[in-house]
Amino acid sequence: MSVGPAPEMENVFSEQDARRARQRAVGEELLRLVEERGDVVVLSADMGAVMSDLRQRHPERYIELGIAETNTVSVAAGMAACGLIPYVVSMGPFGIIKCAEQLRSDVAYPRLPVRFVARLSGLAMGFFGTTHHAVEDIAIARSITNLTVVAPCDERSTQALIRSTVEHPGPVFYRISEGADEVYPDPPEIPPGSFVTVREGRDATVIATGLGVGAAVGAARLLEAEGIEVRVLDAAYLKPLDEAAIVRAGSETGAILTVEEHNVIGGLGTAVAEVLARHRVPARLAIHGLPDADLEVAAPAALLEHYGLTSTGVAARVRRLLAA
Amino acid sequence: MSGAAVARPETVLERGRPTSLEELRRRADWIRLETIRLIDRAGLGHYSSTFSCAEILSVLYYRVLRLAPGCPQWPDRDRFLLGKGHVAVGLWPVLADLGYFPRGWLEGYGRLGSPLTDHPNMRAVPGVDFSSGSLGHNLSVGVGMALAGRLQGRAYRTVVLTGDGELQEGQVWEAAMAASHHRLGNLVAVVDANGFSGSGPTSEAMNIEPLLVRLEAFGWRALEVDGHDVGALAEAFDHLPPADSEVPTCIVARTRKGKGVTMTEAEPQRWHLGCMTPEQRDAAVAEIEARWR
Repeated sequence: MSVGPAPEMENVFSEQDARRARQRAVGEELLRLVEERGDVVVLSADMGAVMSDLRQRHPERYIELGIAETNTVSVAAGMAACGLIPYVVSMGPFGIIKCAEQLRSDVAYPRLPVRFVARLSGLAMGFFGTTHHAVEDIAIARSITNLTVVAPCDERSTQALIRSTVEHPGPVFYRISEGADEVYPDPPEIPPGSFVTVREGRDATVIATGLGVGAAVGAARLLEAEGIEVRVLDAAYLKPLDEAAIVRAGSETGAILTVEEHNVIGGLGTAVAEVLARHRVPARLAIHGLPDADLEVAAPAALLEHYGLTSTGVAARVRRLLAA
Repeated sequence: MSGAAVARPETVLERGRPTSLEELRRRADWIRLETIRLIDRAGLGHYSSTFSCAEILSVLYYRVLRLAPGCPQWPDRDRFLLGKGHVAVGLWPVLADLGYFPRGWLEGYGRLGSPLTDHPNMRAVPGVDFSSGSLGHNLSVGVGMALAGRLQGRAYRTVVLTGDGELQEGQVWEAAMAASHHRLGNLVAVVDANGFSGSGPTSEAMNIEPLLVRLEAFGWRALEVDGHDVGALAEAFDHLPPADSEVPTCIVARTRKGKGVTMTEAEPQRWHLGCMTPEQRDAAVAEIEARWR
């Protein structure tokens, strides 16, 4: 049995680590919103370390509800029904899969402006065991009526997407990738329901979400050296879905690879396949994600490497798709 | 953090209205009659759970709650959450009577396209402060409303009516913990403790007693009243601590499932969900009306 090296990981309960972490965007952006607006409150189910600055500066606007995620979501719904905009900060693995019914019945069905911020999505807590994997959340979130589903791909898109959706009249689910490669040098403008064309190309399209976008950009650079021009689309919105961009990608490049840190069932790949089938686009499609099988347990970087959610892994899948 | 100033509506029904006890009793029986009538039109509905809380609804809506039916979103109104949403059939006639929506809406209850559904939808019906249907959620929602009231400096109360079977849901106790932790004296839970859930006696399915001791251990002020004694209910609500106090209150209303009609009292489980035959309906109506001749 070969065992990989011990990599660096964030301690989610350490304020120092939270400040030092590459993914600080959530805490910083929420602090800014609280300071700019009188109607924003932040609710936490034992995620206080991430929010230490907010907690210290505006204790009345930070509401701790303990390790009780379902109660936290319904409490947020009650606050939203009284004119506030509550942001629920939760750990991805104990987020939508645990609170799906509260999100559906108390938040989405009454179309209340609750924002559910799922940090540590995908394999970000993969070290702690399969209980800590969040790889079903896109499937659950997309099937809940009235819920907008957003997946930032780096720090700046996290800031941009949180900010640009603050006035959205209904609920929003944010799937936050941790430790993602930088994609945007500046906060991007992402119109609601739109993909972002991160890179143009005509030989194939990679539609990626979350940290898959950084991997896709890296793959496109590798393939460029081989004379393959890859279009990269950032699926920042998973619902509503940019159907026009999917149809264009299929028609113009003829081959689509989807990339996601999620079960291959029910995620971005499934959504893209539905669109291609519905619009009768004759394009090749491959879905690159996590297998519908018991997943390995290790530090996130080791897992991403293992499952090929890296630049080299994505590049290899594009080559296979084009050779098929 | 204060909420936006909104003009006080022209007509506000204030707390502690001097409705006579006789009128409150009559209203409770009228809720039972309307429940029978609406279920008869719809073809199915929850009789005995509605009958057990008829006096509670009467006292809340005709005496206790601060309401503005002409301005249902008035931010300073008291909130009422029907945790046991399956008894919305008993709430609809009350809201229509108070003027939240036209009485004609009642005739469509349960039909395709009608806003009046078996469980209440806040987006469809004026006067419904929150939707319900999935048991165990509304006390948490009430905690959120009470927290919002505190943050916005508003003096409204939030009253949540739950069933006793509903207390078997774990989320209720998460909410109970949160309410006392956050010192929400502006939150009131009322338990319609009729002793039955859908399939049998509540505490045979899963014991929830001793309720007062459990609530007190969770940091609540808890008291017990006869839930069919409108005088006792009015007294309990009249003596609620002020909304800016720090301990949430739970009123455990001991009730009888199916109360008010011999047939439904005798077999409360049979009449949890159903539809009376015309003969049964007429007999039940006659029995209630005979009390007021």
